[in-house]
Amino acid sequence: MNKPKIASDWICGCAGCHMSLLDMDERILKVVELADLRATPITDLKEPDVSGVDVGILEGGVNNSANEEVAHKMRKRAKILVALGDCAVFGGVPAMRNFCGAEAALQRAYVEAESNEPGSQIPNDPELATMTEARAIHDVVPVDINVPGCPPDADTIFYVLAELAQGRKPEVKDEYLHWH
Amino acid sequence: MTQKITIEPVTRIEGHAKVTIHLKDDGTVDHAYMHVNEFRGFEKFCEGRLYFEMPQITPRICGICPVSHHLAAAKAGDAITGQTPPRPASMLRELMHMGQIVQSHGMHFFELAGPDLLLGFDAAPEIRNVVGLIGANPDLTIKAVQLRKFGQQVIKTLGGRKIHPVFAVPGGVNKALSVAERDSILEGVDAAIATTQVGLQIIKDWAEKNMEDINKFAVFPTGYFGLTTRENGLELYDGNVRLISREGAELERFPIANYLDIIAEHVEPWSYLKFPYYKKMGYPDGVYRVGPLGRLNLAEKIDTPLANEELKVFKSLNNGKPVENTLYYHLARLVEVLFSIERIRVLCEDPDILSTDILNTRKDYKGHGVGVIEAPRGTLIHDYTADENGKLLKVNLIVSTGHNNWAMSNAVDSVAKTYVKGPDIHEGMLNRVEAAIRAYDPCLSCSTHAVGQMPIQLDIVAPDGTLMKTITRD
Repeated sequence: MNKPKIASDWICGCAGCHMSLLDMDERILKVVELADLRATPITDLKEPDVSGVDVGILEGGVNNSANEEVAHKMRKRAKILVALGDCAVFGGVPAMRNFCGAEAALQRAYVEAESNEPGSQIPNDPELATMTEARAIHDVVPVDINVPGCPPDADTIFYVLAELAQGRKPEVKDEYLHWH
Repeated sequence: MTQKITIEPVTRIEGHAKVTIHLKDDGTVDHAYMHVNEFRGFEKFCEGRLYFEMPQITPRICGICPVSHHLAAAKAGDAITGQTPPRPASMLRELMHMGQIVQSHGMHFFELAGPDLLLGFDAAPEIRNVVGLIGANPDLTIKAVQLRKFGQQVIKTLGGRKIHPVFAVPGGVNKALSVAERDSILEGVDAAIATTQVGLQIIKDWAEKNMEDINKFAVFPTGYFGLTTRENGLELYDGNVRLISREGAELERFPIANYLDIIAEHVEPWSYLKFPYYKKMGYPDGVYRVGPLGRLNLAEKIDTPLANEELKVFKSLNNGKPVENTLYYHLARLVEVLFSIERIRVLCEDPDILSTDILNTRKDYKGHGVGVIEAPRGTLIHDYTADENGKLLKVNLIVSTGHNNWAMSNAVDSVAKTYVKGPDIHEGMLNRVEAAIRAYDPCLSCSTHAVGQMPIQLDIVAPDGTLMKTITRD
């Protein structure tokens, strides 16, 4: 039997959930034994396989147009979509931006900040993403499994991946909601 | 016909970036840009929060170096309330910071940059990653995992968690170190040093075999900027900032509270990441580099013996002048890991590390404070102004990766011009462009607290701007 394919990406988060994944330490070898790691931020494939993956994992919420594209692509190509960590599940700290709005935040960072050169303007190149409200993944696409925590504990992530890799649905509750 | 190549996302870096390479009619590179493509806005949405919440909120800027933000925020808090921490508290904070340098640098060398060095820039992208490393050298990979674990365990021992710890508060820290905890940290020191020395040998051997690449891969002059000890030794936790010229002469030496007199930030329309520079020289003449290469160029010595020997080797690379080769960031990074592990031993062997005098409770409220630390990727500045109730009125953050923005952009352009030539674009050429960014170990979440995401895609565009082809790694 082929090993299940797993892809992941980080969008509007801090990379801490992927670092917590690495905090499973030597057990990462077990995950690699059970599953085929495809496109992730620490591998060199650029996006989830066009032919699909079994499990797609998203860390971070959605706060701009580029994130929206990543979320839609992952949803489309993954049989099971996992929202990993508080930003993905609820919006997290970046969702605090919704209180002031993206425009005011851009204005502060690129025009008003004390260290800026006089006359600085908000970046607006067409290559750049445009800002939106900061949202959880489930506000943008349907999510199959939510794994909260800031970040979720490495033991929890290992449990979730190991269950999924063996074709079972993890139940994130009790000790798996304990944040050390 | 002009073409544009887009690399998106850039992989094996923290966050999302994209590179666009504009080609001339003859297939040579006209210009290449690194676009940092996210913005979160911490500076604005932290307004109205209380200054003492910042050591918990700002680590969420970056999960790779959360300790840097945790400590810089606490140090800004120390200044706001006028609570200078007692010596044991400063030592405990530094101990946590050293754990972070070990885990962050260690992970970068072995898990992010390592695949290029150990498997090759031209290895197939399917295997050019840490899983490929496990296959190629399982023993080394396990040791690398354990090195990172050692650093993370230091953080957890002090702050209760490996990522986003709860430890530093304005005036000190909230927990003393027990004898058993100290001994457990000390037990891991020798193995961590041994693994780091293996890494140093790997990068030295690699350099010897790839000297041609090292000497043509993004080599350029800049100033260098970072904290320093009183005697110009390597310093990662505290002290004054020193700025040296491209020739190595001291231009400035100042307490961080004066940073607005010395540096400013330039904004380009094509990136959410700003470009700091030395005000007196203007932009772009006043650009400088930070992080491992910058710090070793600043340092005249290192106060721990093994790392100091390695510094001598580093200094010999350019006969005592600043080392300008981007690829030597990898060597400098490991020298700092060695220093940090030795420093962990020094701190743990000092009797004060077990003291319970860990909090100065006497306030002399000022309402303004600037915190600074040498994060793994360079100098991190948190500047807060609060009202009389401690509510934040203004927050300004200048983050490590930002200082290197000009250098990374220039490295991308330089490497693209050196290695990319149309019409036949190979994946390996593009991977070298990414490797130029990787060498700086950017943390784009940090730099775009502000920005967070850094993917790569290559668009090939005709001279008239028509998109001809998009190459992504699929």
